[in-house]
Amino acid sequence: MEFFFEQLINGLAVGGIYALIALGYTMVYGVMRLINFAHGDLFTIGSYLGMTILATWAVAEYLGPFAGILLLITMVMFLVGIIGVILERVAYRPVRQADRLSAVVSALGASIFFSNLVMLIWGPRFRVYPDDILPRITLNILGLDVPLLRILVLLTSLSLMGILYFFVQKTKTGTAIRAVAIDHGASRLMGINVNRIISLVFLIGPALGGAAGVMIGLYYGQVNFTMGWSYGLKAFIAAVLGGIGNIPGAMLGGLLLGVIEALGAAFISTAWKDGIAFIVLILILIFRPTGLLGERVADKV
Amino acid sequence: MLKYKNPLMVLVFSAAIFSCPFFLNAYWIDVINNIGLYAILALSLNFIVGYTGLFHMGHAAFFAVGAYTAAVLNTSYSIPILLLLPVSGAAAALFAYLVARPIIHLRGDYLLIVTIAIVEVVRIALVNNVFGLTGGSNGIFGISRPEFFGLTIRRPHEFFYYIWSFLAISVFLFYMLERSRFVRALNYIKNDEVAAEGSGVDVAYYKLIAFVLGAFWAGMVGNIYASKMTLISPESFNFWESVILFVIVILGGSGSIRGVILGAFLIVGLPEIFRQFAGARMLVFGAAMVAMMVFRPQGFLPPLPRKYATHKIKPGDETL
Repeated sequence: MEFFFEQLINGLAVGGIYALIALGYTMVYGVMRLINFAHGDLFTIGSYLGMTILATWAVAEYLGPFAGILLLITMVMFLVGIIGVILERVAYRPVRQADRLSAVVSALGASIFFSNLVMLIWGPRFRVYPDDILPRITLNILGLDVPLLRILVLLTSLSLMGILYFFVQKTKTGTAIRAVAIDHGASRLMGINVNRIISLVFLIGPALGGAAGVMIGLYYGQVNFTMGWSYGLKAFIAAVLGGIGNIPGAMLGGLLLGVIEALGAAFISTAWKDGIAFIVLILILIFRPTGLLGERVADKV
Repeated sequence: MLKYKNPLMVLVFSAAIFSCPFFLNAYWIDVINNIGLYAILALSLNFIVGYTGLFHMGHAAFFAVGAYTAAVLNTSYSIPILLLLPVSGAAAALFAYLVARPIIHLRGDYLLIVTIAIVEVVRIALVNNVFGLTGGSNGIFGISRPEFFGLTIRRPHEFFYYIWSFLAISVFLFYMLERSRFVRALNYIKNDEVAAEGSGVDVAYYKLIAFVLGAFWAGMVGNIYASKMTLISPESFNFWESVILFVIVILGGSGSIRGVILGAFLIVGLPEIFRQFAGARMLVFGAAMVAMMVFRPQGFLPPLPRKYATHKIKPGDETL
């Protein structure tokens, strides 16, 4: 039973990270109906940027571990957000009116571009994240030994999700984002600057992905230029699981997928760990294509 | 002269290709062979993506099923690999039927994602050695070479004739199919699914047939690939293979045979030429894909509009 709860917390921590990446997919899909294949690579860039900042500026030494990591995550979020805005401007805006397939291929091209860029800058091998930043404490919660890092990762991702949820549901700009997701033309008539909202979404989504990148680096202690692909795909599955385009859905889907994967690896088979996510995806698409929280949308004729 | 422009171009192109073995060395012939294999695979994918307009990014799965069928039957029961050519195709087609059947109603992006999932599940299943047949991550080795009437095909120059003859036959068949009522129905589905359904086209059935036919052809290429490499492993059938095929079809010109062959030359051939720039070439490749979609989204050689000899139709004739 203890083993079960340990795996559950492990799954929740990884699931929180999946959820952060999934939010980027789902928000972009919501406003543009585009699968941003480059999102996983933006996540990788965030991870590597975090590593470089940690190594060169030693933010954690001046500010102490907690404030230092917070500043680090903020910086990485800002930088990756900027890259996301540029990406949308260069690769996605010109193809918005074209065929859907063009946008997909453009996104794949951007993904190849970014992953090779990371490889050229930081090298093709695994890089080790500095692991002496956070004190290695194990907390005892209800008789369970839980590493502090795991709790922090879960708390950070939950609070980022909370902030995003508040922003999208309660502020005027958030309302504009939701309006654009429903209908571009009508939002424009209501005085919303659609291009600016899309840019904003490409600032927020990749920023969350960047934060997730830093957390993956801290959590697993190593990063590789190809990891954006596997995490991106799993996060995308999480987004579909919750209902693509649906923000609470991505959060739920991410946490759920993390737990399913951790428990599946622990109780079914470790070798099939990566397969579990895909099998979940196939099942959900066959039986409930709109996802857990998605609404049924009628096709436009 | 203009009237015979197209046959003439086909003739010139074929002559240029089939004269390659006389002045290229083994390395470049092997590159041309790979281009040929990718061209046939992309043609089979073109059936699904180009003609029918389905977002299918898991073609490597069908390719893998064909290759593994050939490899398992050849190494375990020593059946000649050439005889297994239709068997590989049939196995891939059966697999396509089984997996496409429940997902055929999915549209656009959902289909894209589920096909990605299929290719990944197939790869993971192969790595985990399902049924104890596939040899895990090491794959299967010792696959025999094809034999034509006692003549064993072994060197790249010999494979060149095998692969490119197969490509020529495929092009001819696909060209004939393109003018059929069947592919017209597929094109109709691509352009307007609802209207097609309204006009009495059984959309789900036609989509399924497109999948099965495309998979059949991909399975046969899998057989050729297995006999060319003599060893196959799951990593040859990963998701990026599917992406490369997809990109060949879209960049070349989706739905156009000429375009797909040109696409194979560009996507498989060009990176070979720029081999010395090792890392940076894929960077440029990605940027070029984006630029291409921004400036020429229809691909290099989009399909020509259909022409019908309407002046030959007399009142009271059956329609085309």
